[in-house]
Amino acid sequence: MLLTESATAVEPSELLENPHLEARARSLSVDIRCLVCQNQSIDDSDADLAKDLRKLVRKKLKEGASDEDIRDYLVSRYGEFVLLRPRIKSDTYILWFGPFIILLAGIIGIFIFFQRRSKSNSTQPSLILTEDEEKRISELTNNRG
Amino acid sequence: MRQLLFLLPLSTFILLAAYFGLGLTKDPGLIPSALIDKPAPTFDLPSLMPGEKGINEHDFKGKISIVNVFASWCVPCLAEHPIWMQIHNNTSIPIYGIVWKDKRETAMRWLEKHGNPYTRIGYDPLNVFGIEWGVYGAPETYIVDKTGRIRFKHVGPIFPKLWQSQIFPLVEKIRAEKQ
Repeated sequence: MLLTESATAVEPSELLENPHLEARARSLSVDIRCLVCQNQSIDDSDADLAKDLRKLVRKKLKEGASDEDIRDYLVSRYGEFVLLRPRIKSDTYILWFGPFIILLAGIIGIFIFFQRRSKSNSTQPSLILTEDEEKRISELTNNRG
Repeated sequence: MRQLLFLLPLSTFILLAAYFGLGLTKDPGLIPSALIDKPAPTFDLPSLMPGEKGINEHDFKGKISIVNVFASWCVPCLAEHPIWMQIHNNTSIPIYGIVWKDKRETAMRWLEKHGNPYTRIGYDPLNVFGIEWGVYGAPETYIVDKTGRIRFKHVGPIFPKLWQSQIFPLVEKIRAEKQ
C-alpha cells in the first residue's frame, strides 16, 4: 500500500521537495505518536503539536539526520512513549517478549501435565498375571465348577 | 505439594488482575518526563514583554527555579494561577513563565487581567522551547535545581496538595544538597 494514498493530515505546504526525503518523513511520522491525540500518529493527527513535530522531522531530514537520529531526538525529549512501536531496549523487553514467554511457559506446563499423566498410567500394577496368580485363579474357578 | 500446583493458574490470574487493576487507576495521558535528572535543554527565548530580558538555560544556575508553561487560552492555567501568585508573594523561589502557543498581545492582556507572578516570561511562538523540553500541553511545571538540572515535571494544573506533598519537600531537599 503506497503511503501517499493513505489519509493524512500533512498539508501541501509541509511537503518536502525531495520525494525520497518526503517518503522517509511519512514513514517516520506514521510511527511517531501525537501526544495530544494519543492513539494517532503525527501523520494522522490535525493537532498543532503534530504539525510542529511533522515540520521538525522534515527539518531534520533536510539537515541530513538518519531515521534513528530523529527517533532518538524525540525519545530523549518525550520518552519512549512517543514512538507508536516502542523499540526493543532493556526496559521494553518485558513488553515485547513477555507474551511469548508466558505462551512458552503455558506450553511447557501442558507438556509436563500430559507427561505426568502418561507416567502415572504406566506405574499402575501390570495386568499381566504372574504364574502363582494364574495357578490361584484356576484353582478358584475349578473349585467353583 | 502437587495440590499447590493447581493454585498456580488462579494465583497467576489474581496477580495479573491486580497488576492491570492498578494500571486502570493511572492516567495514560500523563507521560513521565524523559528529562528528569538531566540538564535543562539549551534554549534562548525573548521576553514576552517588549524591552525586557529574555530567558535562557544559564538563568537557572545557582538557585532553585520553577518553570511554568502556560497560555491565555488554557483554562487549567487560570485555575492554578492563584497558587503561583501565592508562591510569588510568600516565597523567594523564582517562577519563570513560558508562553506556549499563544499570541503575545493576548498573553500580555491575560497577565494584566489576572496578575503576573513571574520573575521573567519567555515567549515561545515557534514551540522551540516546547519541543526541547517535551512539552505537549499546558499547564506544565518543572522544577530546576541549582546546577540547572530538571528534577521534577508536573503535567496539568498544580494544586495545594501537590505543593505540600511533592513540590515543597523537593525544594527543601534540593536546598540541602551540596553543589
